[in-house]
Amino acid sequence: MAMTRRQRTRAVRTVQYAVLAAVLLAIVLAADWGELRRAFFDAGVARSLLPDILTTALLNTVVYTLLGFGFGLVAGLVLALMRLSQVPPYRWLSVAYIEFFRGVPALLVFIALGFGVPLAFQVALDRYVTVMLALGLVGAAYMAETIRAGIRAVPKGQMEAARSLGMSHGRAMVSIIIPQAFRIVLPPLTNELILLTKDSSLVYLLGLSLDQYELSKFGRDALNQHRSLTPILVAGLCYLLITVPLGQLVRWLEARTAKAR
Amino acid sequence: MIRIRGLHKSFGGLEVLKGIDLAVERGEVVCVIGPSGSGKSTLLRCVNLLEEPTSGSVTVGGAEVTDPDVDIDRVRRRIGMVFQAFNLFPHLTALENLTIAQRRVLRRDKAEAVRIGRDTLRRVGLTDKETAYPAQLSGGQQQRVAIARALAMDPELMLFDEPTSALDPELVGDVLAVMRALADEGMTMLVVTHEMSFAREVADRVVFMDDGVIVEEGRPEQVVAAPRHPRTRAFLTRVLDPAAARVGEVPDTGPKDSRTGP
Repeated sequence: MAMTRRQRTRAVRTVQYAVLAAVLLAIVLAADWGELRRAFFDAGVARSLLPDILTTALLNTVVYTLLGFGFGLVAGLVLALMRLSQVPPYRWLSVAYIEFFRGVPALLVFIALGFGVPLAFQVALDRYVTVMLALGLVGAAYMAETIRAGIRAVPKGQMEAARSLGMSHGRAMVSIIIPQAFRIVLPPLTNELILLTKDSSLVYLLGLSLDQYELSKFGRDALNQHRSLTPILVAGLCYLLITVPLGQLVRWLEARTAKAR
Repeated sequence: MIRIRGLHKSFGGLEVLKGIDLAVERGEVVCVIGPSGSGKSTLLRCVNLLEEPTSGSVTVGGAEVTDPDVDIDRVRRRIGMVFQAFNLFPHLTALENLTIAQRRVLRRDKAEAVRIGRDTLRRVGLTDKETAYPAQLSGGQQQRVAIARALAMDPELMLFDEPTSALDPELVGDVLAVMRALADEGMTMLVVTHEMSFAREVADRVVFMDDGVIVEEGRPEQVVAAPRHPRTRAFLTRVLDPAAARVGEVPDTGPKDSRTGP
């Protein structure tokens, strides 16, 4: 029997909702809710995490991330400029760096830095410096590619106008091209910041003292102590406290960029 | 002011300029006309070395631009350039567009750069727009800011690369008025344009280019009103009365592609 177009649309829609409902129902029925509540929603454990999870762990996560982001941004800009250089060895070095640090898990970089640098140079680096280096070195590889794309997205006429006014290439880059490039890459750079926030959970590999714990390490420590999964849930919520507003910021920046075009 | 001798320019295998000889005297206004792809803009861009000539020499005010040892930034300070696509700096206000090169290139202090910037904006009739960003200005206003940006550097010579081609017709007049005032003040100007009335009324000399060579040059009343060469005549007929063209009658050279975004 032939269906009208409207009937067919309605039938397809009904099937889609039915599938969704069936999957949700299956999950709800299969899960042991009592067990889950005991493990994840222990109010006593949650209360015992406060205020340290905010004043120490959340704060440390933010500080580590910002240190890494700041260093990574500067290093990323240098790498991007090297990548666009007229001097071939600079380009090769930049490409090699980006390919290496983008292709190797951050976990390995952290271990190598945490144990390798003190071994090689017989120095005990300050914890914050090591964190900044480790997160920054990894972040720089991604940010370099983003910044390079931004520089190339600035119209060619901008460089020509700057040069025709007598600016040197370098002066034109600093005063005209790079400020515009950063405007263009502000949304993707904010995304890098979100990724870095989560990568900061690898800092534990460097070996941390109690007051240096960031969210993930803090959560896992409390997990062992309380024999409850509640700290993991709370730590997760704390990450969202940082990343969701940043995500909103990205969306707002993108909308603003779209309007300016 | 400008001496061009035996200028050739190729892009890959495509020869765009096939031996140009041209001189522009101090205080002279020279308009370059010709069909799209004739090499007019390339010629202009060779004068301040935005394009590197393949061979030949270009001298501006005694400095040989084509000499590999020339301090090109120093020469460019004396040459103002106005682009078809304006190329204003979109992250800076109108006044900042005028002051940045004064401060960074000429090393003028902030107060002086601002004073000169304001004076120059007044010359182009945009006193009330100094805090506006380029995106907030009409095309005609943007192009006048771009002219002011070049003038604030006290150039001895101004290059105009189709300054009105990207403008809506009703905005062309304001820009041409500024250029006309500049010509009356005695500025040396080399202007690539499709505005025949401007060429006829303002230019001291008109140069007609086609296919990479100068076909004809002379007084505007001669070149525009009574062209000698058949190619000049054909071009002027098309430009002055485009509605008279018939399909297939004349080769269509197509619209000029804009090389750079705003």
